[in-house]
Amino acid sequence: MSFIQRGYLEEDELPPKPSEERLKKRNVAYIECPQEIPCSPCVESCKYDAIEMKNINDTPKVDYEKCTGCMRCIKVCPGLAIFMLRLRNGRGYVTIAYEFLPTPKKGDTVTLLNRRGEVVGEGVVTWVLPPERNEKTALVTVEVDPALIYEVRAIKVNV
Amino acid sequence: MRLTKHPILEFKRGREVTIYFNQKPIKAYEGETVASALYANGITTFSRSFRFHRPRGFFCAIGKCSSCMMEVDGVPNIRVCKVYVRDGMMIRTQNSFPNADKDIFGMIDSIIDRFYPHGSHYKKFNRPKALRDFVTKQIRNFAGIGNPPKAVFDEKGRYEEIHTDIAIIGGGPAGMSAAIFSARFGAKVTLMDENPFLGGQLVKQTHRFFGSGKHRAGTRGIKIAELLRKEVEELDIDVRYETKVFGIYNGIIGAVERDKKLLKIVPKKIVVATGAYERTLIFENNDLPGVYGAGGVQTLMNVFGVKPGNRGLIVGSGNVGLILSYQLMQAGVEVSAVVEAMPRIGGYFVHAAKIRRLGVPIYVSHTIKRAIGKKKVEGAEIVRLENWREVEGSEKRIDCDFICVATGLSPTHELLYQAGCQMKFVPELGGLVPVRNRFGETTVSGLYVAGDVAGIEEATSAMMEGRIAGLDCAIKLGYGGDEAVKLRNEIVRDLKEFREGPFGERILAGLKKVEVEA
Repeated sequence: MSFIQRGYLEEDELPPKPSEERLKKRNVAYIECPQEIPCSPCVESCKYDAIEMKNINDTPKVDYEKCTGCMRCIKVCPGLAIFMLRLRNGRGYVTIAYEFLPTPKKGDTVTLLNRRGEVVGEGVVTWVLPPERNEKTALVTVEVDPALIYEVRAIKVNV
Repeated sequence: MRLTKHPILEFKRGREVTIYFNQKPIKAYEGETVASALYANGITTFSRSFRFHRPRGFFCAIGKCSSCMMEVDGVPNIRVCKVYVRDGMMIRTQNSFPNADKDIFGMIDSIIDRFYPHGSHYKKFNRPKALRDFVTKQIRNFAGIGNPPKAVFDEKGRYEEIHTDIAIIGGGPAGMSAAIFSARFGAKVTLMDENPFLGGQLVKQTHRFFGSGKHRAGTRGIKIAELLRKEVEELDIDVRYETKVFGIYNGIIGAVERDKKLLKIVPKKIVVATGAYERTLIFENNDLPGVYGAGGVQTLMNVFGVKPGNRGLIVGSGNVGLILSYQLMQAGVEVSAVVEAMPRIGGYFVHAAKIRRLGVPIYVSHTIKRAIGKKKVEGAEIVRLENWREVEGSEKRIDCDFICVATGLSPTHELLYQAGCQMKFVPELGGLVPVRNRFGETTVSGLYVAGDVAGIEEATSAMMEGRIAGLDCAIKLGYGGDEAVKLRNEIVRDLKEFREGPFGERILAGLKKVEVEA
């Protein structure tokens, strides 16, 4: 079974992980886009030349040292395959593109889901880019257990 | 059933009007089709089938399947997915007594096979002649579609002759791109579409597009439709809405505008960009109301803001099926599962991941066995496949109230055939497609194709094909000079690069069979 049969990535299929020092410095883009598809907005949006792609059908590879965490790529990714990761003061932060209603607010507690859609815990929203600021795609940062930054990939807003 | 809030879309509804469904008044809004207004009021059975009186609803919602026919203002067999509501409109279900919901002839369906297997009436009741005449009359009485029109057509017919450089049939992504890129260089363009709006199927694509930024990747389909529409308006393009082309005769196009005016269009070049229609799939009860084409549900939900149901099963995991699943969830509709007959997900992994992480199961090597329900879908049964054969005992009941068939599209090739283009059946491109060169010119000189009608792909490549065809027409007519040639060749290169990945392999294999030297 590979990711294309399951619809999610297993641990051994994940792209290389940024170092812990890098994660502690500032946000870093983590792109889970393992399949060769004709798509390149992330590369075109990056002002720091941090994403490498040989041609439009290549998979993106991030140079974590060049990435500044500016979030340009996560804003345009049509596959919603980019996540911003961060470690700070012993807590983990994951930023997710969110296109559902209602948009969560800062301070809300949301249910955290992994790649398989299983509940892995609860997290607090620490930052929101409202949907009207990004062509209707909101960005939501949740504070999570630092061990979960490679697990949490979706949120469910509790209404 | 009407959506009021949506994360991506805003629904601007027109004035409230009243239409009459089997004489019962129901509320509707100007700008929506009869089919969506009925649906918003919970009416799913539009008529009964013409022989066995099985319930019928809509399937495609874009005027291709003819499953949604009803009697409108006394005229039978009108596709209600293409008719817009008007105050006081009289809608009636047809082929039923007293109405399609409770049709007493519906019992034919449940008993006929027991006594008279399909086709047996050709052999039975033949002698004596008097019996044959009597039975034939009775059979004809409850078979057939609709009653003769009660209203008499009293409009005066009108006629117009149009001379133009390039006539473009179809105002979707390919047609609009062809129009824009040829008009930019000064060609006189007439653009025709059967809908009262331009955009084709882009108007329901709420997701951001793939591809490169140069070709509008990262932008939502609905936004691309708007951008193209604006550009068409800014250029001096003659747009004919609600215009149905019925034939191309020696390079002259015959069409009807708004059901009233006959058009004779005499162009120097023609671009056919008529798109595609959805295929259905064979399984038990696949004709029940509640079994829809994926695009039909998108139209209902994203164009008219009406929910198709509460819980859907998606058959097919190509990009259409995956994107639709995500769009259903955005509209607040549950998706019970996605089934895929192939042993792997057909569409882009990232689209699958988007719904998988929200908990939607994707069953590969599974297919739908039957739809469950009497008058509409009340559930479904899926089954596991091994080497494309059903595994006995692996059936599973899925709880759902509608089923979306997203198993592929076929090119709307009829006009090309009629015009005399050499056609080939190419499975990789979705069916019958014309032989053409790399600029889209078919074997009929001056007749071009672009978009899904040339082979099923997707909107980004359709736009590129449209640009190429439009530019080539303009170049051949002497517009644009070197600049246009340079631009055309550049887009041909981009398109080639676009198709170079694993997802383009199939397309390239198909193109090999139909592309000839320019």
